[in-house]
Amino acid sequence: MATLEIKDLHVSVTADEVEKEILSGVNLTINAGETHAIMGPNGSGKSTLSYAIAGHPKYTVTSGQVLLDGEDVLEMSVDERARAGLFLAMQYPVEVPGVSMSNFLRTAATAVRGEAPKLRTWVKEVKTAMSDLDIDPAFAERSVNEGFSGGEKKRHEILQLGLLQPKIAILDETDSGLDVDALRVVSEGVNRYRASGEVGVMLITHYTRILNYIKPDFVHVFAGGKIVESGGPELADQLESEGYVRFTGKREEAVAQ
Amino acid sequence: MAELVKEHSHGAGAVVPASSRAAQFASFDVDAFEVPGGREEIWRFTPLKRLRGLHSGAAADGAVTVSVEAADEVKVETVQRGDARLGTAGTPDDRIAAQAWSSFVDATVVTIPKEARPDTIFVKVAGPGAGKVAYGHLQVRAEQFAEAVVVVDHSGSGTYADNVEFIVGDGARLTVVSVQDWADDAVHVSSHHNKLGRDSTLRHTTITLGGDVVRLSPTVTYTERGGDAEMLGLYFADAGQHFENRTFVDHAVPNCKSNVVYKGALQGEGAHTVWIGDVLIRAAAEGTETFELNRNLILTDGARADSVPNLEIETGEIVSAGHASATGRFDDEQLFYLQARGIPEEQARRLVVRGFFHEILVKIGVPELRERLEAAIEAELEAVGA
Repeated sequence: MATLEIKDLHVSVTADEVEKEILSGVNLTINAGETHAIMGPNGSGKSTLSYAIAGHPKYTVTSGQVLLDGEDVLEMSVDERARAGLFLAMQYPVEVPGVSMSNFLRTAATAVRGEAPKLRTWVKEVKTAMSDLDIDPAFAERSVNEGFSGGEKKRHEILQLGLLQPKIAILDETDSGLDVDALRVVSEGVNRYRASGEVGVMLITHYTRILNYIKPDFVHVFAGGKIVESGGPELADQLESEGYVRFTGKREEAVAQ
Repeated sequence: MAELVKEHSHGAGAVVPASSRAAQFASFDVDAFEVPGGREEIWRFTPLKRLRGLHSGAAADGAVTVSVEAADEVKVETVQRGDARLGTAGTPDDRIAAQAWSSFVDATVVTIPKEARPDTIFVKVAGPGAGKVAYGHLQVRAEQFAEAVVVVDHSGSGTYADNVEFIVGDGARLTVVSVQDWADDAVHVSSHHNKLGRDSTLRHTTITLGGDVVRLSPTVTYTERGGDAEMLGLYFADAGQHFENRTFVDHAVPNCKSNVVYKGALQGEGAHTVWIGDVLIRAAAEGTETFELNRNLILTDGARADSVPNLEIETGEIVSAGHASATGRFDDEQLFYLQARGIPEEQARRLVVRGFFHEILVKIGVPELRERLEAAIEAELEAVGA
């Protein structure tokens, strides 16, 4: 049973030599088998939370803890975190020119699994996973994310999620920029991953739309760099009708675009 | 790449060099050139003191060994100076090229006959040996409608200057890969004169991985309409190495194309690379289509990449003309992305560098050569632990 514990996490970024605190004491525990939706207005620090857990060098953890099954995640390098079982589906996946998707996927799978997957089964595994996400097989020979549309990038993030099978997945606004068809395909991918084992999901989103496809067990409202309210799925319904105004003091829609 | 030290990419006529490339002096007579002092525009990046006198009249006291592997239908000759074919692809336009022209003893001429499509031709050039100086001359002629791949593979020690001519006949398609895989002591200064006939295609690639100083000056001229030249380059300079590439495409004929892509990586104290990309579109060259690009990836502190694109345009009646140049360090976002998928940092760095060179290497149509070059690049990366 995997558990991700975030304890009183404070994170800053330094821009133009000025340090600014973005996360101001985040507390959250995600157990295997649970899906937590983190909802909040733009600029509330949701993405920072995801990048800080993944170990992006831009963000400095000033205090607090992140533990995966009791192990100190913050002491690990970025790749060690991934190999320990954390996965971040990024809001803006990065283009890596000249590195083919197939080479990248195999290299990543080899690193995470600790041994190179057997070629024959691997080819079939990737083919099936791509087909499940309506990804044209030709993408395997294209450079990682290069020239992909927003929707294509998101599908490939979920493809990696399925192949790497992390213990805990953090999905950072995976729904943004997707049309309804793509949202359905991507959500089905996430649901397959959820059904595949005892895994935990942190689903970061601005809108409630994706929650029609991926049912959360818990909903947390994120504002001002921390969780300000937690509840069950009914909290999402409340946000759907009322927006974030109660938490931010200003009107901002939480409903679908 | 992120953290750009320099980046610009803009349209026609944006950069006007101090003096027109059209005015550059050329002659077969070495004495017609002043001995360069180092301040001249064409020499200012080159460490003259390390050229062992190639620029100031060093006499030959050695010779390179040239061997050619080619199918029977390819004609391979060793000819004396005075052969009327020599020098027809271009005239030396710097003192070392003129010195090489004045000093070579015999020349190798490789002819791919009309309409022939032979297997890959390998020309191996072994240096004169440590402490020795040699001059040379090579000419490759692809006759009308011939199609061939020629690999010119340089290795060994010593000091060497030469002229290389690639003459691409009407409708011919010639692919050239010149590999400079010299020993650490070697100094090599070379002018490549590429002459393209009507509707001909040249893909010219230079790969520079070894040597103390390597300075290559590939020039493209067109005799008739429809010529298409692709000039590709890859270089990887380690500590103390000076690798200089000076490309020049002379569009004097209408309806020709050129595309220049040079990419380099640098690592270690004193690694220095220079790319000068001259393109001249003369008044008569209507319908020209040209682009040039140089990218440099600096892997460690202490390395320096100079990158100077020069585009001169004398007619507005062209299809397109452009250039781009960028020099930067590793893209941290790329590394983060790869590492976030579990790939260890060193491996991620190698993937990024391999990816950076991929577009050049993928076009080398000789699998065993490509594999060798990929392995050599891997070895370079491992040497510094990048």
